[in-house]
Amino acid sequence: MIRPEEIKLSADQSGKWGMVIDQDICTGCQACVAACAMENNISFVGEADSGYGRSMHWIRIERFWEGEYPEIKMTPNQPMLCQQCGSATCEPVCPAFATVHSQAEQLNVQVYNRCVGTRYCANNCPYQVRSFNWRDYKRPEPLPNQFNPDVTVRRRGIMEKCTFCIQRIHKAQDKAKSEAREVLDGEFTTACAQACPADAIVFGRVDDPESLVSQLAHRNHGVKHLEELGTLPNVTYFKGG
Amino acid sequence: MAEYTDAVHANVVHEHKDHAKEHLREKHLMLDPLPRGKMNEMVMESMTTTSWKFWVVFGILSAIVAGCLFYVWGYMISEGLGVTGKNRPSYWGLFLVNTVFWIGISHAGTFISAILRVFKAEFRRPFTRAAELMTTFGLVQAGFSVFMHLGRVWLAYWLIPYPNQRMLWPNTHSPLTWDLLAITTYLLSSTMYLFLPLIPDLAMARDRSTGWRKTFYKILALGFRGTEGEWTHLRNAMTIFAFAIIPVMFSVHTIVSWDFAAATRPGWNSTIFGPYFVVGALHSGMGAVVMVLAIVRGTMKNMKYFIRGEHFDAIAKLMLIISMAWAYFFFNDYMVQWYGGDKWTHQLLHFHEAGPMGWMWFAMLIFNIAIPWAVLWNQKWRSTPWIVFAVGLLINVGMYLERYIIVPVSLSINRMPFTWRLYYPRVEILLGIGTLALFIWLYMAASRLIPLIPVWEVEEGQMAHELKKFGRETVVSVSELE
Repeated sequence: MIRPEEIKLSADQSGKWGMVIDQDICTGCQACVAACAMENNISFVGEADSGYGRSMHWIRIERFWEGEYPEIKMTPNQPMLCQQCGSATCEPVCPAFATVHSQAEQLNVQVYNRCVGTRYCANNCPYQVRSFNWRDYKRPEPLPNQFNPDVTVRRRGIMEKCTFCIQRIHKAQDKAKSEAREVLDGEFTTACAQACPADAIVFGRVDDPESLVSQLAHRNHGVKHLEELGTLPNVTYFKGG
Repeated sequence: MAEYTDAVHANVVHEHKDHAKEHLREKHLMLDPLPRGKMNEMVMESMTTTSWKFWVVFGILSAIVAGCLFYVWGYMISEGLGVTGKNRPSYWGLFLVNTVFWIGISHAGTFISAILRVFKAEFRRPFTRAAELMTTFGLVQAGFSVFMHLGRVWLAYWLIPYPNQRMLWPNTHSPLTWDLLAITTYLLSSTMYLFLPLIPDLAMARDRSTGWRKTFYKILALGFRGTEGEWTHLRNAMTIFAFAIIPVMFSVHTIVSWDFAAATRPGWNSTIFGPYFVVGALHSGMGAVVMVLAIVRGTMKNMKYFIRGEHFDAIAKLMLIISMAWAYFFFNDYMVQWYGGDKWTHQLLHFHEAGPMGWMWFAMLIFNIAIPWAVLWNQKWRSTPWIVFAVGLLINVGMYLERYIIVPVSLSINRMPFTWRLYYPRVEILLGIGTLALFIWLYMAASRLIPLIPVWEVEEGQMAHELKKFGRETVVSVSELE
């Protein structure tokens, strides 16, 4: 039996991952949404359920308009995904320990096979970025031929959310370990950042002051959403820079 | 009684005094004793006299339970929660409303039985059992509703702290874990509290029945013979339970309220939710008790002797006080939240009153405050069963709406305006009807099997009550038996 205190973390396995999103150069093309769905085997919900508010995308592009017609101003596109909070409100409320904080990656992880589906975490998420498997959704052809073997396929009754492509983090760490080196900045990135044609999404180690993401994050005009709630989010947004 | 004080003639005075006594007997169960054994016969008769109408209603309810509860639930388990009306902001819907509602219903049983027993309120005597049954059966429905709510209900046992090889335990930080423990504790203790005062009545039924009923009561009565020692033990146990179950009752609904109050959501994160929910539970629970009593009185044999206008009058007074307490807590919660100045809370409060579900908010206030205050001040109306029944029904509708506003209506608004969306229940409605049908079904079945009136308690009260004359006035007095 392994007790939690016996688990030793090696230096190359720990790290604080973060993201910077530049809303000024985001074109709202939704390439990140599609790439994320393909990378993470996200269910194909279909039109009817999507229209009813059950779309399961782990990242979504939010856009609003301000003012009254005809003087309408569109706000910049706002990609919204799990903010991987340092002090996450979703974690303490799960009765089954299915929503937990990972020591190694400093991320909020969802243990699919431990989830019983109380959906308390989703209620308590101020960013509303968790998606629930309301049904076992059928994938239309040819989608069943396109599964990522590194990611679990979820069944009905389970909560899921953005993982910062934890499978890619592990793959890069394993490769670096086998070559006896650290993971290089920019060696890999998440599916959404990789697909972004405008490079509006930058991913990397925020605890490494030399990395691109931490240099961007320390620029003056970055904001973190709903920071006033004390959630310590790990995603920084730029708007009006 | 003022009329006879002016009388001059001795005979007239005497006759009028008899009239006054007769009037008091008619009014008060405690002053209307029957010959020894008569009451037992009446209760046995009420249990065994079953008309064809009972079986028709029972059959319809069985069909509803089978169809709406078990069939629809099975369908929902096999299809997933997609068949319900839940969506992204409203992850919790009618199931949680039903859970809170049924736990609320279950509160009146303990309130009437334990608190009134502890405070020696004499009017409680004939209907403690009817109220305790509501507690147990209401909690069964709450349990059903909370399990329906789970996405993978077949793994619900993971929420129970049981030893396992992987050393995985439930998360004690989660209010849902507290909830499960609190509801289980309440169900177990309220069932025991229902059973203890039932033992003498089961023994009574055992001595007056034959056939399978005799065997049934013989097993349940645990060999109770009514010796002095047995009564002493039973009394001690009941006293301990009556005191111990009161904090359990308060804790249950407080913990249910923490499911909401412990969340970082506008409108939910309120410090007053604990007592507010407890008072709300009593409000709906008292309404449900008078509804049950009115139905029992109207449909079962010999019940008009046991349940009288004075009992409706007494419970209705409590309803009025609890309605006032509820209004106080509601106003307190609303006002402090509004002055808190948080923009999301403002948005939510505005949505409650002026949003598409605004009619619910106003209906809630009318049913929970305006109608009880307008009706229950009048003693004549308070003593009329059907009027109190109607008020109780409306209070229950109002309290259901209150829970609906707290759960799905408040969930439709959050800090991410992009996800705002209304919730419309679908199969949840059928399952809710199913739990209601199961509640009535269990109650009807129980009314055939166990004595609904605690005979020993009524007889004890009647022995303790007497009429004493102070000067020219006849006054009711109670002697202390215990």
